[in-house]
Amino acid sequence: MLLEDDAWFRGTAPLRFEPAYAEVVFTTNLSGYQEVFTDPSYLGQLVVMTAPMIGNYGINPEDIESDRPRVAGVVVRELSAHSSNWRATGSLLDWLAEARVPIVADVDTRQLTRHIRSRGAMRGVVAVGEEPTTEVRAALAGSPSMDGLDLASAATIGAEYTEGPADARHHVVAYDYGMKRNILRLFVRSDCRVTVVPAGTTTARVRDLKPDGLFLSNGPGDPAAVGYAIDTIRELADGRLPIFGICLGHQLLGLALGGQTVKLPYGHRGGNHPVRDLDTGQVLITSQNHGFAVQGDTSGVPGASALEVTHLNLNDGTVEGVRHREYPIFAVQYHPEASPGPHDAQGHFRQFLQALDSQ
Amino acid sequence: MPKRTDLHRILLLGSGPIVIGQAAEFDYSGTQAVKALKEEGYEVVLVNSNPATIMTDPELADRTYIEPVHPDWVRKVIERERPDALLPTMGGQTALNVSMALSRDGTLQRFGVELIGASARAIQMAEDRAEFAAAMRRIGLDTPQGRTVGSLEEGLVAVAEVDYPAIIRPSYTLGGTGGGVAYNRAEFEEQVERALDLSPVHTTLIERSVLGWKEFELEVMRDGRDNVVIVCSIENLDPMGVHTGDSITVAPAMTLTDREYQRMRDAAIAIIREIGVTAGGCNIQFAVNPVDGEMLVIEMNPRVSRSSALASKATGFPIARIGAKLAVGYTLDELPNDITRTTPASFEPVLDYVVVKVPRFAFEKFPTADYRLTTQMKSVGEAMAIGRTFKEAFQKGLRALEAGRPGWVTGATLADDRLTSASPDDLRVALRTPTPERIFQIKRALLAGLSVETIAQASGIDPWFLYQLDELIAAERWFAALPELEGKEAAGQLRRMKRMGFSDSQLALLRGEDTTEAAIRERRWALDVRPAYKTVDTCAGEFPSTTPYLYSSYDEENESEPLGAQGIVILGSGPNRIGQGVEFDYCCVRAGLAFRELGYKTIMINSNPETVSTDFDISDKLYFEPLTLEDVLEIVRWERPKGVVVQLGGQTPLRLTKPLEAAGVPILGTTPDAIDIAEDRQRFEQLARRLGVNQPPNGTARSVEEAVRVAHHIGYPVLIRPSYVLGGRAMEIVYDEGTLREFFEKAARVAPEHPVLIDRFLEDAFEADVDAIADGTRCVIGGVMQHIEDAGVHSGDSACVMPPYLIGDRVVDEMQCHTMAFAQALGVVGLINVQFAIKAGVVYVLEVNPRASRTVPFVSKATGVPLAKLAAGVMVGHTLDELGVPDDLPLPGVAVKEAVFPFTKLPGVDTVLGPEMRSTGEAMGFADSFGMAFAKAQIAADGSLPLEGAVFVTVNDSDKPTVVPIARRLHELGFRILATEGTAKHLRARGIPAERVAKVHEGRPNAIDLIVSGEVHLLINTPLGKFTQQDDYAIRRAALVHRVPYTTTMSAASAACDAIIALRSRTGSVRSLQEWHEKTTMGNPAPEVGRSFAPSREPRPVKT
Repeated sequence: MLLEDDAWFRGTAPLRFEPAYAEVVFTTNLSGYQEVFTDPSYLGQLVVMTAPMIGNYGINPEDIESDRPRVAGVVVRELSAHSSNWRATGSLLDWLAEARVPIVADVDTRQLTRHIRSRGAMRGVVAVGEEPTTEVRAALAGSPSMDGLDLASAATIGAEYTEGPADARHHVVAYDYGMKRNILRLFVRSDCRVTVVPAGTTTARVRDLKPDGLFLSNGPGDPAAVGYAIDTIRELADGRLPIFGICLGHQLLGLALGGQTVKLPYGHRGGNHPVRDLDTGQVLITSQNHGFAVQGDTSGVPGASALEVTHLNLNDGTVEGVRHREYPIFAVQYHPEASPGPHDAQGHFRQFLQALDSQ
Repeated sequence: MPKRTDLHRILLLGSGPIVIGQAAEFDYSGTQAVKALKEEGYEVVLVNSNPATIMTDPELADRTYIEPVHPDWVRKVIERERPDALLPTMGGQTALNVSMALSRDGTLQRFGVELIGASARAIQMAEDRAEFAAAMRRIGLDTPQGRTVGSLEEGLVAVAEVDYPAIIRPSYTLGGTGGGVAYNRAEFEEQVERALDLSPVHTTLIERSVLGWKEFELEVMRDGRDNVVIVCSIENLDPMGVHTGDSITVAPAMTLTDREYQRMRDAAIAIIREIGVTAGGCNIQFAVNPVDGEMLVIEMNPRVSRSSALASKATGFPIARIGAKLAVGYTLDELPNDITRTTPASFEPVLDYVVVKVPRFAFEKFPTADYRLTTQMKSVGEAMAIGRTFKEAFQKGLRALEAGRPGWVTGATLADDRLTSASPDDLRVALRTPTPERIFQIKRALLAGLSVETIAQASGIDPWFLYQLDELIAAERWFAALPELEGKEAAGQLRRMKRMGFSDSQLALLRGEDTTEAAIRERRWALDVRPAYKTVDTCAGEFPSTTPYLYSSYDEENESEPLGAQGIVILGSGPNRIGQGVEFDYCCVRAGLAFRELGYKTIMINSNPETVSTDFDISDKLYFEPLTLEDVLEIVRWERPKGVVVQLGGQTPLRLTKPLEAAGVPILGTTPDAIDIAEDRQRFEQLARRLGVNQPPNGTARSVEEAVRVAHHIGYPVLIRPSYVLGGRAMEIVYDEGTLREFFEKAARVAPEHPVLIDRFLEDAFEADVDAIADGTRCVIGGVMQHIEDAGVHSGDSACVMPPYLIGDRVVDEMQCHTMAFAQALGVVGLINVQFAIKAGVVYVLEVNPRASRTVPFVSKATGVPLAKLAAGVMVGHTLDELGVPDDLPLPGVAVKEAVFPFTKLPGVDTVLGPEMRSTGEAMGFADSFGMAFAKAQIAADGSLPLEGAVFVTVNDSDKPTVVPIARRLHELGFRILATEGTAKHLRARGIPAERVAKVHEGRPNAIDLIVSGEVHLLINTPLGKFTQQDDYAIRRAALVHRVPYTTTMSAASAACDAIIALRSRTGSVRSLQEWHEKTTMGNPAPEVGRSFAPSREPRPVKT
C-alpha cells in the first residue's frame, strides 16, 4: 500500500489483483466487516480495519448493506484463514475475490492508522509487487482527490422502486445517495411503504408521489459536489414534508439551508463515537462513517439560521445533528440504523414516524 | 451532574484475605477507588483485613482500618467514623455481602449511611437468582431454566424439571464456591447439600445445563444520567460449564458477528437499567448456543470483579476509578479518558490487538483434589498477554504463566498433560473433560491427526479457536523442517514464527536438541529480528495518547521511546500463585512509587492483570509482558535502563538474576553473587559456619542414592526440598528411606537444574522470621515474627505474631544479631529475610533470603515503616541514615498474621498443614493484646471462634500431654469437652470431664454426626503422620464443610484459647493505622502484652 505522501506499507496479497486507487481511511469497528464492506458510503475508499483479526465469522447473506462489496480495497492485519459461525455461508476471502475487491493482509495497520491520523486522510493505492513502481506512483499522483468528488451520483440507483406493503401506515420517499439496506429494513419494520428514488429525482416527481415524509440517505463523497441534490432539498424543505436525513443526507440538508461543510482531517469511522443530545444531555454511543461535517457549534450553523444544532460529537465538538427551528425537519450525521454499530440512536426513526403521525 | 457536595466521608470496604475467586484484583480496584475519591476531596475510611495490599497503606486512605471485613467489625468502624456513605462495590462479594448485612440489620439507616454505587434493592435483585430471572423475563430476556431451592427434597423436584446434567449454584457465594455440575443423582445429592451449607442464606439454584454453549461477558458502566457504555467484550475459549475464572478468555469477542454482538449489547444495557445499577459498573455473562445463536443471560455482578479488572487492563479503561467517580455523582461525559486525556470517558474502547487471559492452577500442591474444571473456580491466579493476533497473544499468555512451558508446548510425559494414553480414541474421551491441561491435550490431538471438527465436538470449543491452534501446528512443522536457519531467508523465517508468538525456547525445541534458546536468540539478534512495542490506547490509534502502556509484537512500528539511564526496571511477580501473591506486588508498587519520588522513571514489567502494579498510572512506563528471560531482555535492550530490580517480585525475577547478569544487565541492590550464596547450599553453609550460626545438619543431593546417603548421615527425620522455589513447592518431611526415595523424584523434577536440599528436620521447634533492610553497611531490623504453628508447617501457612510472645529476649536478640551479620556478610542492599528455628533454646538458621519476603507488607503495616519504599532508596545508593531510619522501628501493638486456605473450593483435600505452602492469602489482626489480635485475625480469615458450646478433641499420642492444659482452660471457660476414646481417657485421668464420642467406625451417632448436626463448635484435631487415617480426614473435612472452626496444631489451639478469652472478656475495639502509628510517635506506653527489647545493635564478632 502506497500513500500519496510516499509512505508505503508492506503486506501480503492472498490473491492477485489490479492496483486500486482511492482515498485511504480507517474504521475502528470491532465487528461488522461485512456491513462495512457493503456500505455504499465507502465507495471509492480503501478501508483499513483497525481491528486486527478479520474474517473470523465468515460471511452470510443477511449482514449486507447493499448487494455487493462497495469498498475499493481492504487492508487488514490478519485475515482469518478459517471461519466459524452458525450463520456463516462462506469465507470472507472467497466473497471478496468473487467481487474482485483487493485485500492486503499482514500490514501493520496500527502504524498505517497512526500515519493517517497524524497526516490526515489521503489518496493511496494497493498493488501487488515487491515495492512501488514508478507507474503506480504516477497513476496515484493522477488519481482524483476526495475533495469535490461527487460519488453519490455513482452510488445511487438507476430507477425508482418500492418496498413495504401498499397498505402501510406511512409512505416515505427516500433519496438513495448510496443508502444502507438497514435503513430500508427499519422503515419497513415500522409499518412504512418506502419509495426509493435516484439522487437526481426532481422536486415535482417527489411531490407527485405524495409521500407523508421525505428521507435523505447516507452516501459517499463530498456533499458540496452534489449541487443538484442540494437544490432539490432546498425546494422540498419548505415545511410541507417532514424530512429526516442521515450522514450525507444530513450534510446535504445543512448545505441546502445555507450552511457549509468541511472535510475532517481523517474522518469519523467506527462504532464508538460519543454524541451528546443537547436537549436531554444524554450521551449516545453512535455508529459513524463520514469524512465531511456540517460547520457549526452549539450556537447554530453559520449561514443556516433556520437550523439549530441538536447533537455534538464529544471527541472533537463537531456537529452531529441539526433540526429546523420551525418545520419538522431534522438530520443526524451518525448512523441510527447502525449495522454495524450500537443501536443507541435508533430512536430517531421513531422521532421521524411521530413527525409523520402529527402531519 | 457534578460531584455530590452533601457527602464528605465515604466508607470503602476491601475484600479481605486473598482466596480463590477473590484475589488481588480487588486491591487494584479498591486502590483506584480510594485515589479517585481522595482526588475529589472526600475523606475516605477504609476497612480491609488484608495487610498485603496497597490500598491499606496508611498514606492512601484518611483512615485505614485493618479490621475484619465482617458486619460486627465494620459496624464498629461506622459507629466511630460516622461516614455519610458506603461504597460497597469495590471489595468483591465479601464487601457486597457485608454491606447488605449492614443494610438489612438497620445499621446503615441508624447511622445515616447511604449506599452509593449500587442500592440494596439493585444488589438484591442481581444476587437473588429467582428475582434476577424474574427481572430478565420482564425485559424479554431468557435465563437458563431453573429453580431456587432450600432443601435437598426441593432440589430433587427441581432436577426432575431440568434433568441431568444439572448446574448447582449456591446463592451469595463468591467464585462459584460450592457450585458444580451433577451428572447423576449421587453427585447431585452431595453437591446440593454442600451448596446449601456454603450459601449464607442456605439456598441454591438448580439450573438447566448449557454445557458446551459459547460463553461471553460484557463489562458495562452506567451513570446517574442513564448513559451506558460497554467497556469490553470477553469471549471464553472454554465453553459453558467452566467457571470464567478458570477459562482461557479472549478480548474482544472473536466469533460474534456485529448483529449478534449488538443484540448482546442491547441486552446488557437493558439489564443494567432493569436491575437499577445507578452509578457504576457491572459484569454480565451470556451463553450462546453455537447451533442456532440462542442467547441466555447467565448472571450479573453489580460490582467490579475479576473480569472488570481484566477488562480495565485489556482496554486501558479504568473501570473502578471511573465507577468510584460515578458513585459520587459524576456522569461519564464529565470524566476524561485517562489514556488519551483529550476525549471523554463516555465512549466504548476499541482494541487493535488481542488479549488472552490464562488461568494458573495449583493442583500440584493438592494432588488429591478434584482437578476437573466446573462452575466452581479453582485457579489461584492468571496471566494476561497482549498481541496483535490471537496466536501471538495466546502463546505469550501460556509462557507468561511461568508454569514450566515456554508457550503452547506439550508436556514431557503423557502424565504432564494428564493423559494415560495418546491414542486418538483416548484423546477424544479426555477432551470431553475440562482440566487445566486440556489445552495441551488439544495439541496432542491435533498432532495425532484428530480433525478440528472432532475436537470441537468433544471439547465444545469453537472451531475458530481450534483452527488458530492448527495453524500454529502447521507453522511448527514448517519451521522444524527448514534445512538451515542461514542466509537471506532466515530473517523472514524467524520473523514469521515470532509473529505467531513463538518464544525462542519453543523455536529451539522445534529445531532439535542441539539448538538452545540462546542460539536462537543470538541468531535472531544477528538478523535484527526484534519486537516492536505498541501502545494500549483505548481507541485503536484514532487519537493521540500520552500514556505509555505497552506490549510487544513482531510488527513494524515501535512506539516506545527508550528512557535510558533515568529509567529503572522493576520486574513484577507474574501470575499469582500459592507462595507468590499480592505481597510481592505490594513491594513492587511501593518501590516503583519511591523511585519516582527520587527522580527516576519507573518501568514496570508484569503479566498479571489482577494487580496494582499493572495499573498504568503507577509507573512511568508499563510493559504488559511475560516475565521470561527473552521478554525481559528485549525490553532491557531497548530501554537501556540504569538497572533492573529483581529482589521485590518474589522468585520469578530472582530466577532471572543470573542470566540477566550474564547478559550484562545491571542488577540494582544486593548483588547476584550474594543472592547465589544464599541459594547455593554449599556456599551458604560455609558462610553460616564462618559467621558462627548454627544450621540443622544438612546436605544436597543430585541423585536418589546420594540423597539416601546424606539422609543417613544427618539422621531422620529430614526435610527435603528443591532449591530456587518459593512456597515450599515439593517440600516434604520424611521419616524413613522409603518415603525419601518416593519424594526425591518429585523434588528433583521441580528444579532439575539445581540439586535437592536435605535438612535435618527439627521436631518440636519454634520457628521465627526476621525481616530487615540493609544499605550495604548498616542493617535495621524490621520485625521479628514468631510462628504460632510448630516447625514443619510452612512459614506462609503458619500464623505468626509480632512481637514474639513465647521466645525469650536472649533468643530474639540472637536472631537479630544473626540477621545483621548475614546482611553485612552478604553486602545486602535492600531487603533480607531470615528464617530461624529454635529448639531447646538453641537458634538455628533455616534459610536466608536476600530479597523481599512475603511478610514485608505485614511488618510495614505493623510498624508504620514502609520497608519496600526504603529498599528502593537504598538500591539507588541512599544510606539508611540519609533516609532517616532509626535503629528501633516502632511497634505500637500486637500484630497477628493468619493464613487463609482454599480447602472449601477444592473437594478432596486434607486440611492438615505441612511444609508445602497451600494458603492463598492472609489476614492481619492488630490489637493491644495477643488474644485479641489473634481473635481478629481468625475472624478476618473467616474462621470465627465460639464463645461457648462444645469442643471436640481428638489428638495423636504425642500431642496428648500438650492438649491437657488447653482442654482444661476450655473446660474452665465452660465449654463441654467431647473426645474420642483415647483422648477422653487421657483427659479424664487428669481431671477433665471429657465425654466420649464414637469414632466413625464405632457406630452412630459418631463424631461426624455431631459435627453435621451442629453440636460441635470447635474441633481440635492432630493427625498421625503424613498419611492419616480416613477417620481423621473425614472429621476434618466435615468440620470444613459444615463451617466448624478447627485447628490441627496444639500451638494454634492454645492461641485460640487466648482469643476466646479475649473475645469473652470485652468487645474488641477498632483503631485505624493512622491512630496506631500516631500513638507511637507520641510516645505512648508499650502494649499490654508483648515485650520491649533493646538488643545491642553491634553485629556479633565474626568467629574464625
